[in-house]
Amino acid sequence: MSTDRPYKILVVDDEPDLEPLILQRMRRDIRRKQYTFVFARNGVEALEKLSDDESIDLVLSDINMPQMDGLTLLSQIPNVSTDVRSVIISAYGDMKNIRTAMNRGAFDFVTKPIDFDDLRVTIERTLSHLLEWRDALESRNKLTVLQNELDIASHMQQSLLPSHFPEGATFQVYGRMEPARNVGGDFFDILNREQGRLGVVVADVSDKGVPAALFMMSSRTLIRAMSIGSATPGEVLASVNELLLEDNDSTMFVTLFYAVYDPENGTFTYANGGHNPPLLVHSDGSSEELPLTGGIALGLVPDFEYEEHTLRLMPGDALILYTDGVTEAMNEEHEEFGVPRLVEVFEAAPPIDAEDATGRVFSAVHDFAGDADQSDDITCMVLHRRQ
Amino acid sequence: MDISTERQGSTLFANVGDRIDGTEARNFQETLTSVIDEEVKALILDLEELSYISSAGLRVILLTARVLQRQGGKLAICSLSDPIREVFEISGFDKIIPVHSTREEAASAIGA
Repeated sequence: MSTDRPYKILVVDDEPDLEPLILQRMRRDIRRKQYTFVFARNGVEALEKLSDDESIDLVLSDINMPQMDGLTLLSQIPNVSTDVRSVIISAYGDMKNIRTAMNRGAFDFVTKPIDFDDLRVTIERTLSHLLEWRDALESRNKLTVLQNELDIASHMQQSLLPSHFPEGATFQVYGRMEPARNVGGDFFDILNREQGRLGVVVADVSDKGVPAALFMMSSRTLIRAMSIGSATPGEVLASVNELLLEDNDSTMFVTLFYAVYDPENGTFTYANGGHNPPLLVHSDGSSEELPLTGGIALGLVPDFEYEEHTLRLMPGDALILYTDGVTEAMNEEHEEFGVPRLVEVFEAAPPIDAEDATGRVFSAVHDFAGDADQSDDITCMVLHRRQ
Repeated sequence: MDISTERQGSTLFANVGDRIDGTEARNFQETLTSVIDEEVKALILDLEELSYISSAGLRVILLTARVLQRQGGKLAICSLSDPIREVFEISGFDKIIPVHSTREEAASAIGA
């Protein structure tokens, strides 16, 4: 058994002879700093020592003692220490007391007169059990801490997503993200910009987990900062791209769609950094994907210019912005949801309300996926120009 | 994910098959790392059998291209199915990683 400090053993017995006997017979173990012994004369004294001294590893206790006997002591130990194991010393063949002691949490027993070789083996066995228990406890604590941190990260991430959705006389916008694991890489954002215009962002960071979440958070902050003022969507993506590149050794990247919508006249100007093209749904239920603009995902290529494209939303039109978590959602037969199924959602019933349309996309994906595991974050945002 | 490789001098051909999702991306990376030694100057990923690749999978291809670049090598991909070609086009990766229609075309393009 490896030790970095001597194990401390508390011997509890009202017989004064036991103390010198143990110190004498275990002297080699004491000299080798394997064990150190402390002594108590009854249960009360033992409990005091245990609560004063947290470094006691093992209690070796007699049963019959004045003031508080060994069996009562066993039942009281958990109140003062849970990080200790007990071994009982009983009269030979006293099965009744031995059984009671074991039921009250004793790990093992030795019989009188004490056979010191047997005692040594018993102590070693008990201590190695204690060590394993401590290891398991430590691992569990670490996991709990990690889980708590992930929960906090997940909560933070969800709280960064918009929860109030701006609404105007002529438009409505709504979005939702469902993370696949605790912390994911998807996000969306809605930004109030100059002259009543609206900035919308949908993005997906490569990979999942904590590193992706950190990358997501800096992408979100950068796009918020760079989109203030008069920069156009293409210029915003170009500067966010440069900033993400600055210290990106991990080749993490983010696909990001950014657009500015002007409710005054319905113009929608976008630049696309490698993201799935949004679906434009018309009031008759027909739809088309927005043309690609040849942009690369952000964080990869320096000095890249992002092209812009402008279209005009007509009254009744809706834009469905989403991440590949929607179209690549799989059912139990490993089929993908795909763009055609997204188109179908609105074919029969065109969107009349952004929140309802978002909900319909999620329902369709959930119905399709059935009991299959969700492997990716799912994000959908709808911008609707009212009739 | 299935991957099989064939070595011709300093050129390595790798057939990448099936699917590379978020979980498989790690295996994909480990496999590529294990087959690339210092002598490899050209890696051609044949994606004919590939039906799905996640963004994590794209990242592995990019990382591999950088590893090769550091030792003076190049990476190209070829024989993309329609859905995979679409992923490369949408993400803009076709502008970072040279895409070719056949192995031979890829090999001659990167001087292998």
